Amino acid sequence: MPRWGMVIDLDRCTGCGACETACKSENNVATVSSDQADLGRATAWMRVMTEVEGEFPNTTMRFMPRPCMHCDNPPCVKVCPVAATYINDEGIVGQIYPRCIGCRYCANACPYTVKYFNWFAPEWPESERAHLNPDVSVRPKGVIEKCTFCHHRLQKAREDARAEGRELREADYQPACVDACPTGAIVFGDLDDPQHRVAELKHDARAMRLMEDLGTEPKVYYLTPRAGT
Amino acid sequence: MRPEVATKLAALPVDERRLLRPLVDTSRTFYLIAGTMGLIVLWGITAYVLQVVYGLGRTGLNRPEYWGIYIIDFVFFIGISHAGTLISAILRVSKAEWRRAITRSAEFITVLVLGFGAIQPIIDLGRPDRLLNVIFNAQFRSPLLWDVMSIGLYMTASTIYLYIPMIPDLAIIRDAGIKAPRFYRFLAAGYRDTPQQRATLERIIGVLAIVVIPIAVSVHTIIGWIFAMTLRPMWHSTIFGPYFVMGAIYSGIAAILIAMVILRRVYRLEEYFKPIHFDYMGRLLLLFSLLWFYFTFAEYLTAFYGGEPSEMRTFWAKLSGPFAVPFWAMVLGCFVIPLSLMCRGSTRTPKGTLIAGIAVVIGMWLERFNIVVPTSVNPRWDMESVAHYFPSWVELSIMAATFAGFVLVYMVATKFFPIVSIWEIKEGKEQSVREVADRVAGYLPSEPSLEAAD
Repeated sequence: MPRWGMVIDLDRCTGCGACETACKSENNVATVSSDQADLGRATAWMRVMTEVEGEFPNTTMRFMPRPCMHCDNPPCVKVCPVAATYINDEGIVGQIYPRCIGCRYCANACPYTVKYFNWFAPEWPESERAHLNPDVSVRPKGVIEKCTFCHHRLQKAREDARAEGRELREADYQPACVDACPTGAIVFGDLDDPQHRVAELKHDARAMRLMEDLGTEPKVYYLTPRAGT
Repeated sequence: MRPEVATKLAALPVDERRLLRPLVDTSRTFYLIAGTMGLIVLWGITAYVLQVVYGLGRTGLNRPEYWGIYIIDFVFFIGISHAGTLISAILRVSKAEWRRAITRSAEFITVLVLGFGAIQPIIDLGRPDRLLNVIFNAQFRSPLLWDVMSIGLYMTASTIYLYIPMIPDLAIIRDAGIKAPRFYRFLAAGYRDTPQQRATLERIIGVLAIVVIPIAVSVHTIIGWIFAMTLRPMWHSTIFGPYFVMGAIYSGIAAILIAMVILRRVYRLEEYFKPIHFDYMGRLLLLFSLLWFYFTFAEYLTAFYGGEPSEMRTFWAKLSGPFAVPFWAMVLGCFVIPLSLMCRGSTRTPKGTLIAGIAVVIGMWLERFNIVVPTSVNPRWDMESVAHYFPSWVELSIMAATFAGFVLVYMVATKFFPIVSIWEIKEGKEQSVREVADRVAGYLPSEPSLEAAD
């Protein structure tokens, strides 16, 4: 059984935001007005966090793309009263939109703040509406949504591999953010398969996971920037 | 009041006459206040309909400030509901004779406020239409589900605990024939106050009083656990269960005191709610103000001493940051005011307890605010922009409607049920005075003359 995970090299990240945009477009993430975004109601399953380090003029801008960590021990799954948030056999943490009652307990329980709520019915600009991705369900108002590691792509990749009568290859299943990254900063694959690059990268000396001390066992690894970069 | 009802009422013994009068005699002020409360409730319902139609975006909530007024009110009202059942059960079990006049009014607070508390998380739901998923897709590892079960059990138990001790009074109303005969005949369930029936009744009350105590304790413990089971800074605390139970009882006592002062004034119950009752309840309030300080101090000192950065962000936000005003107002309301008023006999009067009671109720609401909001806006991930929360008019209207709705149903309840237990007062006069004298005598060494007779 694969255990899907991601390694993000922060040295390679330029903060371009391609991953964020690709994710929004792939997953039919609704657009909110700028005043709603100011209220803290924007949704971005993948978001490039920015941080300015140092005192002016000796400052460095740091970027950190942040998807759902797909924890092996996810705090959000435990607290959901209706089992709408779940973790599947391959370690992907998902959300059943038609079952979610919108209590937002999972959103409060998540230490990485990566669960998003639909405060209103979703809206898109007229130009986008015709291009919604038919593989991803559109969420109604009042439910929680989150990064899924684009698991609809996995389903498609499996079917294709089966049709061609071969095993699933690493390149067959890649989330939209990975595909879009121009510097190859995001690597995705099976953490337990030595053939996959992530299995090796997770043992890199620079590899770390966020808030490891909480025992959530995230499956997203970061390669911390080397000194002087 | 119709003349034939007035005649019937005048023919009753003194306790019945005094305590049943509110059931048949309603002033214009009552209708005026009830009407106002009704309008506020309608306003709140309108606000809720808007919220359902447009979405929870109509509130001031955002990310990461996911829980606001509704969850604060949920914790607050369920806390108030610990007034009746728990206080009255503890006083019954401990044979505190002074309880007789106040148990009924307290039990009514419990049952009526509980519903208003229980609907808050439903109002808070993004999809209230899917509420029954909680049953169909129950996930038992979720503290919210434990809560659904314990509140359901508590509601059932406290309603039974209100109803059973009321049966003799319902029979009195039925026999007096002053109001809605069929209604009271149904509720009195054929009770004739025979010695056998009375003995059964008292046995059931005795069992219920013991059963409801652990249920009531479980309810607010689990509400505390909803927060404590997450890894959020200043929520993830082992003290939360007991801290919430203590706070619940505290706000409950304060609510009873406010209700007693108002009932005494409007229904002229000075003979039943005597200064001694306010004195004793004031002492309980004093004890709980000290307990409140102890728990709060222990909770904050532990967080401060550990000095974990994520905890400290929330800690300082409360003590000297954006939440300093609600924090110190809470300390004033929950500790300084009640302590200074209740530590002296001269201010443990109806007026003094009223002021202290109001201070505690406001202070305990603020405590719930200070638990829910500062932690919500300070998530563990500090790169997340620090959010802000200001409740929208929709939330404030629903909150006003909840308070008004509770006042309204409590007012209406006093028009259908005697708010002081008639039979328990009579039983106290007829039996307990002697029983207590015997009991006290039993505590002491027996008379030497009896020994000599051996």
